[in-house]
Amino acid sequence: MDDERRPDPDVLLRKVQAEEARRTRARLRIYFGYSPGVGKTYTMLEVARLLRADGADVVVGCVETHGRPETAALLEGLEALPRRAVEHHGTLQQEFDLDAALARKPKVLLLDELAHANAAGSRHPKRWQDAIELLESGIDVWTTLNVQHVESLNDVVAQITFVRVRETVPDAVLDRADELELVDLPPDQLLARLGEGKVHLPEQARRAADNFFRRGNLLALRELALRRTAERVDVDVAAYRHQHEIRSTWAAGERILVCVGPSPTSASLLRGGRRMAAGLRAPWVAAYVEAPGAFALTGPDRDRLQANLRLAESLGGEVVRLTGASASGEILRYAREHNVTRIVVGKPTHRRWRDVLRGSFVSELVRGSGTIEVHFIAGDEGGAEDSPARRGTAARRVDWLGYGTAAAGVAAISGLGVGLRDVLSLPDVAVLFLLLIMVVAMRFGRWPALAASALSVAAYDFCFVPPFYTMSVHDARHFLTFAMMFAVGLVISALADRLRRQERAARAREARTAALHALSRELVGATDARQVARIAARQAGAALGGEAAVLLPDGPGGTAAGFVAEGTLRPGEDVLSVARWAFEHARPAGRGTDTLPASPAICFPLLSGTRTLGVLAVRSPAHPPDDPESRSHIDAFLRQTTLALERARFEEEAQAAALRARTEEMRSSLLSAVSHDLRTPLAAITGAATTLRDDPDRLGSRQRRELTETICGEAERMGRLIGNLLDMMRLESGRVSPRREWVPLEDVVGSALGRLESRLEGRDVRTDLPDDLPLVSIDPVLFEQLFVNLLENAARHTPREARIELLARVGDGRLEVEVADRGPGLPAGEEERVFEKFHRGPHAGAGGVGLGLPICRAIAEAHGGTIAAANREGGGASFRIVIPAGVGSAGGPDPGGLPDMLPEAKA
Amino acid sequence: MSEEGPRVLIVEDEPEVRRFLRTALDVQGFRVVEAETAKEGLAAATTYNPELILLDLGLPDGDGVDITRKVREWSRVPIIVISARGREDDKVGALDAGADDYLTKPFGVNELLARIRVALRHAVQSASPGGDPVLSVGTLRIDQARREVRVGEREVKLTPIEYRLLVLLARHAGKVLTHRQILREVWGPPYAGEVQYLRVFMAQLRRKVEAEPARPRLLLTEQGVGYRLRDG
Repeated sequence: MDDERRPDPDVLLRKVQAEEARRTRARLRIYFGYSPGVGKTYTMLEVARLLRADGADVVVGCVETHGRPETAALLEGLEALPRRAVEHHGTLQQEFDLDAALARKPKVLLLDELAHANAAGSRHPKRWQDAIELLESGIDVWTTLNVQHVESLNDVVAQITFVRVRETVPDAVLDRADELELVDLPPDQLLARLGEGKVHLPEQARRAADNFFRRGNLLALRELALRRTAERVDVDVAAYRHQHEIRSTWAAGERILVCVGPSPTSASLLRGGRRMAAGLRAPWVAAYVEAPGAFALTGPDRDRLQANLRLAESLGGEVVRLTGASASGEILRYAREHNVTRIVVGKPTHRRWRDVLRGSFVSELVRGSGTIEVHFIAGDEGGAEDSPARRGTAARRVDWLGYGTAAAGVAAISGLGVGLRDVLSLPDVAVLFLLLIMVVAMRFGRWPALAASALSVAAYDFCFVPPFYTMSVHDARHFLTFAMMFAVGLVISALADRLRRQERAARAREARTAALHALSRELVGATDARQVARIAARQAGAALGGEAAVLLPDGPGGTAAGFVAEGTLRPGEDVLSVARWAFEHARPAGRGTDTLPASPAICFPLLSGTRTLGVLAVRSPAHPPDDPESRSHIDAFLRQTTLALERARFEEEAQAAALRARTEEMRSSLLSAVSHDLRTPLAAITGAATTLRDDPDRLGSRQRRELTETICGEAERMGRLIGNLLDMMRLESGRVSPRREWVPLEDVVGSALGRLESRLEGRDVRTDLPDDLPLVSIDPVLFEQLFVNLLENAARHTPREARIELLARVGDGRLEVEVADRGPGLPAGEEERVFEKFHRGPHAGAGGVGLGLPICRAIAEAHGGTIAAANREGGGASFRIVIPAGVGSAGGPDPGGLPDMLPEAKA
Repeated sequence: MSEEGPRVLIVEDEPEVRRFLRTALDVQGFRVVEAETAKEGLAAATTYNPELILLDLGLPDGDGVDITRKVREWSRVPIIVISARGREDDKVGALDAGADDYLTKPFGVNELLARIRVALRHAVQSASPGGDPVLSVGTLRIDQARREVRVGEREVKLTPIEYRLLVLLARHAGKVLTHRQILREVWGPPYAGEVQYLRVFMAQLRRKVEAEPARPRLLLTEQGVGYRLRDG
């Protein structure tokens, strides 16, 4: 292909990345043999011992000695992980402990028998999946494998030995191996060892052993193993060439496309295709053409197709789903667009007449293929055998209602026809029967409709074709009518059935679309991640029919130290462990997946780029659906949830940024105001003080007093400003929450007036507090500050003779305080601005810093209340504070009784 | 100046503040000794035997509150804390530790001198226990022998707790007593945290003693710290 012939920046980048990954990623070494007994485990242990002797961190994860003393001897001195005991069908099995291995994290882990199937309840069903997880977590894995366990060779081995091995390892794992070491032993020597009883065979294999260990078999298997290894060596050589730009022998880019269908023979087609691809060192694609809507596959067919496509993936092929009415057309179009050089199809096994009726896929493909080679591979007959049986068992439940309706309908029309024989002509009756067939087909599907067709023909013959009430027919033309009626019935039933299925599919699609729509509509309103999680969990539960939860990581920096769960599912430790795995590996886990399939719930990671934002966990009574449509539905669901989570995160970040910006802005305006306000009094102090220091003799006593007054006054002003600034900063930092206490308001007012005693000297200040004013729950220190600021403000902005009033009222659980004066009042429109920082009114006398009222507002708001300024009727300004104060009874929260009954003081 | 003036120890790390204090006190006839660190301060307190200590809280090698506590282990010398820390909690902490008074920087010299005089007078009074059975503060007269309280000419009837509260404050007239100190003395140690009791009784007492309870002239509140009876 072009992209592999021409140096392309992407290819170079990929190469660099691949090399980088190769250098850092953990290595997989497979000891590969053609039969049990060739000494794979032995060789592996020997090498491991050498490595151990060099001081490498080698640990035995799981090695079967099969009671052979030589092997056991090799194990000595090597650290071995304890096995995990698993109960399986009443017997205890010693299984490899994956978690212990991950926790121990050695450099190299020895894991015998890669094809082993784990006991039920393990995290992964297969040991090779354990190996992949170990590799992903950075542990080198050494393992052993026999050729008959390789997925793509499975058929071939079965043909040679007549023994089909169930435990297979995908070729992708073999291709993943960094080193493939062939352990070889001539078959004669192996047979000799077998004779000496040196080869261990599991009990169930002993019966097959006689067939298996025949010299011919062993030779064939040995050849297979050698070839598979050679293939692998070839790939290594090619990779080396590729890496070092050795191009001369690089084969022209081949690409292979294997046509897959629901047929069980597709499996051997795929294996064959894979072998061809490996031989040519070419990438390969498994393509499936989906017919639009009406021709959608039914249950068992769909399941087999899924199985085939999964097999293709595990064989290392790329899976492509195409959609189109003409399968051959779609395949050829894809092949041309993607430079496919060879197409692999199965030999047709159906009868010829079907090609005549439906058009032949194969001949269309061959005719349209042009320069593309088309290869035919025979289906595996043994594999095909089970298909009718499976079809039989999977047959749908008999629709008695449909057949009953068909029979009743035929009887009714016959009765009607007989009763109205004089009115209805024969064609009318025929059309009535066709109508019935159509209705039955629409309502009950194909088989009842076919029954209706047959019954209709019979009834037509019996009741309406002379001679009446016999099945015999005199006029041969009627046979033609029968045939036509039956044929029309067939066509109608097929069409109606298709329509019905289309409708059902449409309804399902509609339900899914509605669910997605509901999700997106609800998510629009969500503002934070928790809310998104709650909505998504609820919708997922409804859509998938079960309990669901979205788990968000609560660790620092989005790690999964723990989870916050939102939703109907209360995750226990069993679900949480699955969720953690899914989160960390960014892959679905749990029920119906390859990882922890025994778990009650399935967990999907919510992936945003390379980050996992959370996990969706679903526990439903039904098995999780695995058809492509459900899968894409779930994908869309996850995508939407992820997008919403991302949006929520961005929003939170944006808010934080806005807050930072506001704080920054405030800080800079504060800084400029402060520098001005601090410098002014400082200038006055410096000026006055230097005058006193430098010209003491020329100053009269009056001037000297004036200058010292200036110094004292300005110093005081500066002190006030600094005090106010500190108060403001403390209040604005948000760390000051009011320390509410039960206080008589009188007490606070009194202390505020006390602090202002000198400033209010000679002023007419009236306080109007009701005698029965109860205790109020406020922060006395902050409130004293509030009163001081308001009174000071009033004193500063009014003439000396103007009266200042302080009123308080309590009602409805609220405390209302008003500080009012009879001064000039506020300029129109300033009512709100006076609470801005560093805002100064036009009548501000000396000493104002423009922070007093903002502090008042901050205090009122810290108490959950409000402050507002207004002009009074009859002149003057008033400041009114309303706070929701827990208001006690007049006596307070019962302090009486106890203390005053104490005995008299001894003093 | 005078050899007979009271001995004052200044523990303060800021030289500028020390200089101003020394000048102001010298003029008033006090004999001044200075210490720069907590260690020096403690040493001077033992060797020099001052009649009053002016103590800064933020010292380079220790906290003034700790010095207060240590000095109180063996001496009742009046301690006036001078600090830039203006928060109520700081004041309460120092007063509860045994300081007699607390002045927040910046302060005027007349303010300082007034506090010093009050502290010295209290020291003299508490040195002669028993003393005068009649306590007289401004218009307030308390005859402890007859358990009689008068404000001006008017006699005031008090409950036992109110009486004890008033006597306690009058005995320490001019000095701030923290909530904790008052509650401990009047109600007993188990009630040291019940500030509400104190507030309510203080409000009642004010209604009996003050002409205008919302503008007290005698029983003053130091918000967030405690109470003080105005001295003169």
